Amino acid sequence: MDLTFSPQETAFRDELRAWLADNPPDPKPADGGDDAQYAWRRDWQRRLYEGGWAAPQWPTEYGGRGSTSTESAIYFEEIGRARVPMPANILGTLLGGPTLMLWGTPEQKERYLAPILSAEEIWCQGFSEPDAGSDLAALKTRAVKDGDEWVVTGQKVWTSGAQYATWCMLVARTDTEAAKHKGLTYFLMNMNQDAIQVRPLRQITGEAEFNELFIEEARIPDANIVGGVGNGWKVALTTLMNERAGLGFSLQIRMRQLLDDLIAIAADRGLLDNPLYADELAELHVRCESIRLLAWKGLTDAERYGQPGPEGSLVKWLWSDTNQRLTQLAVDIVGPEALTANTGWSYEQLRARGNTIEGGTTEVLKNIVAERVLGLPRLKVAV
Amino acid sequence: MDFGFTDDQREIQRTARELLADRARPDKVREHAEAGTSDEALWTELSELGWPGIALGEDHGGQGLGRIELSILCEELGRSLAPVPFLPSVMAGTLIEQAGSHAQQERWLGGLASGETVGALGELVGGAAELVIGAPEAQVIVLIEEGRTARVLAAEEAEVEPIASIDSTRSTARVSAPEDAGEPLEGDVAAGVDRALVAVSSELVGVSDRALEMTVAYVKERRQFGVSVGSYQAVSHRCAQMLLDTEKARSTAAFAAWTADADPERLPEAAAMAKAAASDAGREVTSSAIQAHGGIGFTWEADVHWLYKRAQLDAALLGGAKVQRAHLAAILAERSALGVA
Repeated sequence: MDLTFSPQETAFRDELRAWLADNPPDPKPADGGDDAQYAWRRDWQRRLYEGGWAAPQWPTEYGGRGSTSTESAIYFEEIGRARVPMPANILGTLLGGPTLMLWGTPEQKERYLAPILSAEEIWCQGFSEPDAGSDLAALKTRAVKDGDEWVVTGQKVWTSGAQYATWCMLVARTDTEAAKHKGLTYFLMNMNQDAIQVRPLRQITGEAEFNELFIEEARIPDANIVGGVGNGWKVALTTLMNERAGLGFSLQIRMRQLLDDLIAIAADRGLLDNPLYADELAELHVRCESIRLLAWKGLTDAERYGQPGPEGSLVKWLWSDTNQRLTQLAVDIVGPEALTANTGWSYEQLRARGNTIEGGTTEVLKNIVAERVLGLPRLKVAV
Repeated sequence: MDFGFTDDQREIQRTARELLADRARPDKVREHAEAGTSDEALWTELSELGWPGIALGEDHGGQGLGRIELSILCEELGRSLAPVPFLPSVMAGTLIEQAGSHAQQERWLGGLASGETVGALGELVGGAAELVIGAPEAQVIVLIEEGRTARVLAAEEAEVEPIASIDSTRSTARVSAPEDAGEPLEGDVAAGVDRALVAVSSELVGVSDRALEMTVAYVKERRQFGVSVGSYQAVSHRCAQMLLDTEKARSTAAFAAWTADADPERLPEAAAMAKAAASDAGREVTSSAIQAHGGIGFTWEADVHWLYKRAQLDAALLGGAKVQRAHLAAILAERSALGVA
């Protein structure tokens, strides 16, 4: 056990910190709504790209730095620590790119990877459907072969960035006769066609991070199938496994900063001397530190044993629950400001309600832990 | 950055688990717990293997290994509930090594390292230390007061009145002594107490881990309504929560053990975090174990109650979760006042 960074890892961190200090993003646009914010994030990714920092975890042959998984975790911690915006094409660099690297043809890699990195082409993820959430393999969107093309009809939901995206990672049913997990195919769907309608989904925060997609006979050429016809479930799992890999390190650092802010306010108001507040803040501190330790432990296990341990599900579960507790306590400590519309604290509190749902609900995570980690019998459900 | 054990550490863990699975079987633990006796043969065997001195310096007859190795043994002994005075002895040794004078170390550490001397550590509150684990067997007792001052006493200098606790896998006593009895430990008492907290936390991790293991085995096997009760989410989600609590405690205890050797400046905070997480985990996880066992879990015959009782005493030892969190809040307040996050 050695919880320090190697000289090489420290050098990586220092180089990144220096770069971030020298290249701060523009200030967040005060108005202009979601579009202006997105343009700001896109511009930020372009700058990361020019500095060679858009996706250091990518292999050098595709424009990354070939960073180790520890360096990649450092990258996401530092991005979080610097409070810079999330790069616009995070779904492309984190999910789409790595999926193509594993399953894509040489032509696909040549065509798609570079524009992901530069944010020239934005990617979105068309997995979930109104009736296929936690039970993703129940999805109903159909793709029917027509010459050397596929004709797609169906509906997708929770699609972040769809209004800005050029490409959609789409999982659709190509064989209705096959078993649930076997009749699926993974496509890259061009979003610039009239057959696709994007409707923003307004969240409880008032903003629209997500969209609904209404797809009515959209066309996808054969060449845009990833991993072969009928292999969509396996390819989709690659995407899903990458989903939390790096981002978790950014999220836990941001929660740490939020807690530090809250502790400072509590101290300022003399509430750290009140045992009720002190006890809860200290518990949140223990949880924050334990999340960080578990995340690093998960990384060690993945490096040693080739697969992540149970920590992944535990980290996401503990993080989402802790963020909700933290932002709720903030209302008690900060007071009316935390309930006033459009303040930072009110936004954090409302946004946190989504944490226990997005990327695997807490209920599903508990099932995963119970079945796959503890080996408890699977709940018998209709297939 | 490497969170894993070294090959040597994994070997210590493996051999300890195998040895205790054989020597401290549940029926044997029960036999000693019901008779109110220590397993002297096992203590002799563990002593011959050098366990009591694993983290004491080689110049004191110890093995000179680190706090991580000690934590591994504490966890395994917690898992098995072996009826031996290991934890109190290493806690006393830790205090004397960290805060004792050269002469005090010379006098006591050799025996504590070899296991020929048994030690105990108590906390004085209002003139007496209650439920001092291992005190009836101890030859040397360290009494701390308010976590900052400590005295070391030969057992005959103290008044030791055996009082049974709810955890009959270990002996306990009320200890008091005249104010001038024994010798003060003049060194860094807090450094010793923090290391003792890490040892207790690791034992609690082992207790929690074993309670979860027993519970998972039970709910898989126990059938009602034609299915394993473990297939019900009300039960399986409880088990998942037990794992989360255990891993939260394990990660903070491992971090604290590491800081003790590698980054002592962070030890006070890390030790308080570990003891807070482990105390909560120990109590919650063993309570859940009783609940998930149903009626049988409430009987004397089932073994889960020994784990519950051990967890209760360990959780309270040297300050429970609330005490630790109050300590942490003070650290956070100080840090906030200095403007460092």
